[in-house]
Amino acid sequence: MAKAAWPEEGKRRHIGRRIDRIDGAEKVTGAAKYSYDINRPGMLWAQLVTSPHALAEIESIDTSAAKALKGVEAVWTDPDLDKVQYIGQIVAAVAAVTEEIAEEATRLVKVKYNPLKHQVVDSDPALSQGEPSKREQGDVEKAFADPGLVVTAGDYGIPVITHCCLEPHGQVTEIRDGELHVWPSTQNVSRYSDRLGDAVDIPQNKIHVETQYMGGGFGSKFGFDAWGMIGAVLSKQTGKPVKLMLNRATELETAGNRPSAFAKIKVGLQQDGLIAVVDAEIWGSGGGGGYNPPPVPYVFTKVPNTRVIGKGIRTNRGGQRAWRAPNHPQGCFLTMSALEDAAAALNMDALDFFLRNVQLTDRPEVYAEELQIAADLIGYRRKAHLRGDKNAGPVKRGLGISMHTWGGRGHPSECDVTINSDGSVEAKIGSQDLGTGTRTVIDIVVAETLGLPLDAVKVSLGKNAYPASGASGGSTTVGGVSTSARNAATDALNALLAMVGRRIGIDADALEAKDGRIQEISKPDNSLSWRDACALLGPNSITKRGINTPNESEAQGMISSGVGGVQMADVSVDIETGVVSINEVIAVQDCGLIIDLKTAESQVYGALIMGVTFALYEECIYDAITGRMLNADMEFYRLAGLSDIGKLKVHMMTGKGYADRGVIGLGEPPAISPGAAISNAVANAIGVRVPHLPLTPDRVIAALQKGGIA
Amino acid sequence: MAFLFIAPWFRPRLPSDRLNTQTSKISCAKSPVVLENPSSIEPEVNHQSGVPRPDAFLLLVEYSEFHPIKRKATMTEKTNVPKIPAVSRRGFLKGIGIGTAATGLAAAVKPIAEAAENDSNVRGPGEVPIVLKINGKNRTLNVEPRVTLLDALRNRLDLTGAKKVCDRGTCGACTVLLDGKPIYSCSMLAVEAEGSAITTIEGIGTPVKMNFVQKSFVHNDAQQCGFCTPGFVMASTVFLEKHPNPTPEEIRFALGGNLCRCGTYAGIQEVATSAMKGGA
Ligand code: FES
Ligand code: FES
Repeated sequence: MAKAAWPEEGKRRHIGRRIDRIDGAEKVTGAAKYSYDINRPGMLWAQLVTSPHALAEIESIDTSAAKALKGVEAVWTDPDLDKVQYIGQIVAAVAAVTEEIAEEATRLVKVKYNPLKHQVVDSDPALSQGEPSKREQGDVEKAFADPGLVVTAGDYGIPVITHCCLEPHGQVTEIRDGELHVWPSTQNVSRYSDRLGDAVDIPQNKIHVETQYMGGGFGSKFGFDAWGMIGAVLSKQTGKPVKLMLNRATELETAGNRPSAFAKIKVGLQQDGLIAVVDAEIWGSGGGGGYNPPPVPYVFTKVPNTRVIGKGIRTNRGGQRAWRAPNHPQGCFLTMSALEDAAAALNMDALDFFLRNVQLTDRPEVYAEELQIAADLIGYRRKAHLRGDKNAGPVKRGLGISMHTWGGRGHPSECDVTINSDGSVEAKIGSQDLGTGTRTVIDIVVAETLGLPLDAVKVSLGKNAYPASGASGGSTTVGGVSTSARNAATDALNALLAMVGRRIGIDADALEAKDGRIQEISKPDNSLSWRDACALLGPNSITKRGINTPNESEAQGMISSGVGGVQMADVSVDIETGVVSINEVIAVQDCGLIIDLKTAESQVYGALIMGVTFALYEECIYDAITGRMLNADMEFYRLAGLSDIGKLKVHMMTGKGYADRGVIGLGEPPAISPGAAISNAVANAIGVRVPHLPLTPDRVIAALQKGGIA
Repeated sequence: MAFLFIAPWFRPRLPSDRLNTQTSKISCAKSPVVLENPSSIEPEVNHQSGVPRPDAFLLLVEYSEFHPIKRKATMTEKTNVPKIPAVSRRGFLKGIGIGTAATGLAAAVKPIAEAAENDSNVRGPGEVPIVLKINGKNRTLNVEPRVTLLDALRNRLDLTGAKKVCDRGTCGACTVLLDGKPIYSCSMLAVEAEGSAITTIEGIGTPVKMNFVQKSFVHNDAQQCGFCTPGFVMASTVFLEKHPNPTPEEIRFALGGNLCRCGTYAGIQEVATSAMKGGA
């Protein structure tokens, strides 16, 4: 009997190697069809009318001129909508025979608004509503009373940023023979359509969801959203397929939004650098909804005395969505900045300081090891200096450190593996590949289990018709799908071995699948090819369902959770212009058993690049007076380009103590630290904290004017 | 001389492969950009210098060899059919009626209706038949003159490899080749592309027969979600064909006109560097 447990090191054929993603060729040739690329016969294009006001009553909507335009087939409005609460909120939608006509028609929809006084400012704690929340451990007041402590206080802030997925949110919808077909850009194929049918009276069992390729989600694409419902209604009204994708401005205003976090943080250190107390007041906004202050102190959860007062500010801005490691980049930036400021006040080297305090984390040995590795990779001891680069000249150089953590436990997942009598193999799973390499991971696991080459296995995913698998969020996918695929493939193999064993008169337990053959474990020469073995199945193929039940799989060592990572940044700051440039960023990351080293490393590189982007450039800039987002486009909502990222190095923790923990997710953790590491490096270079991200030249200059070495 | 001051964090983006282009007016990628009044550096001849987009005056900084324009809303566009390799900036400025104070072109701008009556070259409004030569084949289609090349490819011809992301010449996801040169197809009208040879991502390789750059993209995992990838592949293919031994600076500069959200730049740098080593 083959066992589901992961094969030991040395016995792995595919797992842990650098393997090209299996859908790479489709993507680089433009053959991959994303949701945005689905063109159906007779399809209409829909465009949205969105609110230009951050808060307004709707007095009337006149759609007659839009309806009269030649080529317009349907106009959607919501009779119950009497108020808009943010810029970009959907007010009406038009479906027309071409995209251009639909767009023109949106301009003919006349909406009469009665603008009300809006509130879009999220950086002023005085604007918060309701009772502040409070988290406390130990006794903060008493701790600060210790006269031996070195106490520092500072202001910090990290703004609202938006996901800016290159493929916007949206979908193609079609109602055919009373059944609803949807091709959405989603991270959640299996559960995307729950309740989508309500608006068009179609039950869940008649809704077909398919997403083969999607262009980025980062936490923002779990539900069908208003546009999904509108697309279904327009399809029903017109009897035709409808493509509705958000335009760039609406995408940036309404379909993203990582909540902001501003803070006053007071830190007390013992003379030897050990953290004794952290006291934080945090405020911020995630739009119109509630606010959950980020975890502070982050990573150093065993600091004996901590307090967080949280104040939410409701704003007339698009609602918040999960953003790669929800609340962690904020908590990390606030914590690591405040701690590094405290270490600097003590004139303590930052690396010594973090090493001194690893005992206050959940995983001291891991962090200590990772700090050492990162320090070696960046040449820390050679380059490091205390706050303020004392070299002459306008360009100052500095190093910064940050640490982070994440769960990453595999989600519930089911997968079917079929072995056909011609030897072909298929895995079917209601998961999705966001570009993380999910298809490839499933292929690797099934091929490994069956002793086959990668191209012997076909991976079918991206449909809700397949066995249900969780949403791809929170770094839960790789653990979920690799375990369900492994379980399914193992059961299918055991069924095959049992049948083959009966036919050739050898106990199934004495057989194994290896290198494309079924062989006797003790006498490998006694074997038959995979094809011949499968031919013995006759007309009966084998299909087995594998399930990942997280608690059980964790107990069996298939998956685990809780990873630590360390990042270090080396930056140069021009103190005449305030421009920060990245020389190098190092990521040291553990993630348990790595299935595909190549795509795993890509995840970390990608996270670093996203991190450089939010450290240096990203911010949704709102104008208090008009309530508008001033940079709802890609010129001024700036993403890092190829020339902005410096040199990046990724080190994955593998081998003993890491790989034997089972599979753990990787998408979120490396995206957490860059903001903090880069901010700390800038402070180290110029001798003063630039309190708010992104580290734009104006902010750097303002900080220099207050202090530092300029 | 008038100066235009650009927000310090604003960095102009240019279409790919700008190595031989006039970018000297742009001082530095990350420092404040100070630019001469573009009208004072107005080229007289149509030497395929690009034109700025009309949607923001700031974008006049984008000044390169291949830069096309976007005039989606112009219903009755005067086009020098059948062939316009690139529209001159002067022609463009006429079209949107700016830059007139410096260039004295105001008198030259005809009211659109008048132009429509008097000029047999005016096409539309309404759909007009055009022939586009795409990947070596002539394709006949009907489009309104306001339809961009990108939308014509994606919506009318189901050539969806070029992606629509910013739709205003910032990101490079819509890159196609026009007579061998990379352009942003979101920023050119379909009617303007008549007479030129258009190459899309579908025309340079297939999953079973990838070109050398595509193979290298797969091998170096220079893609994640892959939505930006076709644009990068187009830009890289032209760039590496022309510059088989690029320096890192050339790579950064040439491919700086494309944007990726997933963060695949490390792999893309590898693609270009391995080409340099002859290993692409
Ligand atoms: S440059 Fe054309 S879509 Fe962005
Ligand atoms: S790979 Fe996703 S945007 Fe570039």
